[in-house]
Amino acid sequence: MASAHNLCFRYQKPLVLENVNFQIRNGESLCVIGPNGGGKSTLLKLMLGLLEPTQGELNILGKAPLKARPEVGYVPQAMRFDPLYPISALDIVLMGRLGQLKVGHYSRACREAAMNALEEVSLADLAKRPFSDLSGGQRQRVLIARALACAPNLLLLDEPTANIDLSVEEKLLDTLSQLKEKIAILLVTHDLDLIAAVGDSVLCVNRRVHRHTLPLSGEVIKEIYSGTQRLEHDRQTRHSQGDHSACQHD
Amino acid sequence: MTEFIEAVQTIPLIRYSLLAGIVSAFTFGMVGSFVVTRRISYIAAAIAHSMLGGIGAAFYFGRSCDIAWLTPMLGGLIAALLSAAIIGWVSLKASEREDTIISAIWAFGMAAGILFIHYTPGQKPNLESYIFGNILVTSGSDVTATFALGLLVLILVALFYHKLVAVCFDEEFARLRGINSGAYFLLILALTAISMVLMVRVAGIILSLALLILPAATASRFSQQLWVIILASITLTLIYNTCGLAMSFQLNVPTGPFIVLCAAAVYGISFLIKRNRA
Repeated sequence: MASAHNLCFRYQKPLVLENVNFQIRNGESLCVIGPNGGGKSTLLKLMLGLLEPTQGELNILGKAPLKARPEVGYVPQAMRFDPLYPISALDIVLMGRLGQLKVGHYSRACREAAMNALEEVSLADLAKRPFSDLSGGQRQRVLIARALACAPNLLLLDEPTANIDLSVEEKLLDTLSQLKEKIAILLVTHDLDLIAAVGDSVLCVNRRVHRHTLPLSGEVIKEIYSGTQRLEHDRQTRHSQGDHSACQHD
Repeated sequence: MTEFIEAVQTIPLIRYSLLAGIVSAFTFGMVGSFVVTRRISYIAAAIAHSMLGGIGAAFYFGRSCDIAWLTPMLGGLIAALLSAAIIGWVSLKASEREDTIISAIWAFGMAAGILFIHYTPGQKPNLESYIFGNILVTSGSDVTATFALGLLVLILVALFYHKLVAVCFDEEFARLRGINSGAYFLLILALTAISMVLMVRVAGIILSLALLILPAATASRFSQQLWVIILASITLTLIYNTCGLAMSFQLNVPTGPFIVLCAAAVYGISFLIKRNRA
């Protein structure tokens, strides 16, 4: 589905991602965690072809990220959007079919695909509702529906439960665990409930990557998020692998 | 009112202004709605003011080099499109602060315009009529140009409506779906530039800016669908332009400022009405 081989990336001087190696297999769902500034969003942007790797290879669905775009669905954070922008839920989901639109209006087939995607996230009855009238959880599900309208083989999500309260999060977890049966998912999150509900394994990104199996032990979580122990974690992993580049340990 | 109707029938200048007002209402309604909802009215303001540089340059080179086809309208259009391209490029590519470039172009355009006019040989053109508008300078060719440019804007918006909306709402996602987001953002800025030029004769630079923003801003307070905002803005601009022209004629007050005061008053009153939004 997706693989990285000795992937490195820098914006300016220091490396944001260094010798990253990982693989997502068909039907697998992978949660990406790590401290802020650790390179999670950068990894996502590289996978979307929005950034070019400084070094190394990244393969998405057997192609270069730019070529794979039509088959990749992307769900950004709902908080990023202008809450006053005048647009309905259906119009947002229809954007998933932009690739099929030349000029003029969306075809009937596009509208049907968009409605099906809304049904899949249980929001078909709110199709005409303005985006600004929806709750945080509903907005996030609209964005998931938009990504599904692209008919993706791989779904990338950026912190889908950020800024969402617990009651609406449950519905979102349901949606994601159902989707996981059909397509490969990679999601960036800090949310341990989400990891438990959706993830098959966890990729810890902090300049380098380490792979962990689930469930995560309290110690591992502490290591990942505690600054003082991060270096130790990094050192131990490399030591156990006997390798300075790859940092996977299952 | 009968006096105004008579004037429309008998005085070509009044007729041209009315026609220019009606035709440009469609352009303003469409483009203004995109500008307001995409929150780029500050960019529109810089484009509008930079037009003065083009108008001044057209006067200067037109007279000193004896180029008859270099009309102030054409000069204004070139300057507006050039500013739109620079601001758009900076916004998309360069690491310079966008607001700094916007302010710089704004000031540069006005200063260049005033200097060009200063050095223009022969009788000095009346700059005030370009800043605040003057219906007495509207001609038949202005109306034809307004109609042609307005038609171009209408066709472009009709063809690319959904792509423009997608780019305004989420530029990054549109790019991921194979849309050239940068080109569509530049298209919106170019349409803004064209619209500004359309009304510069009747309403002037500063007031045509208000006419672009205020109807869409009023309409967007009451609807959460872009096409409704567009239709409402067109209707409001039509009312402002026609009634404003008629009343200013009747009351013998300057047309542009009168129209804008009406539009601003309605926008102000709209705050007294409860917003249709959760």
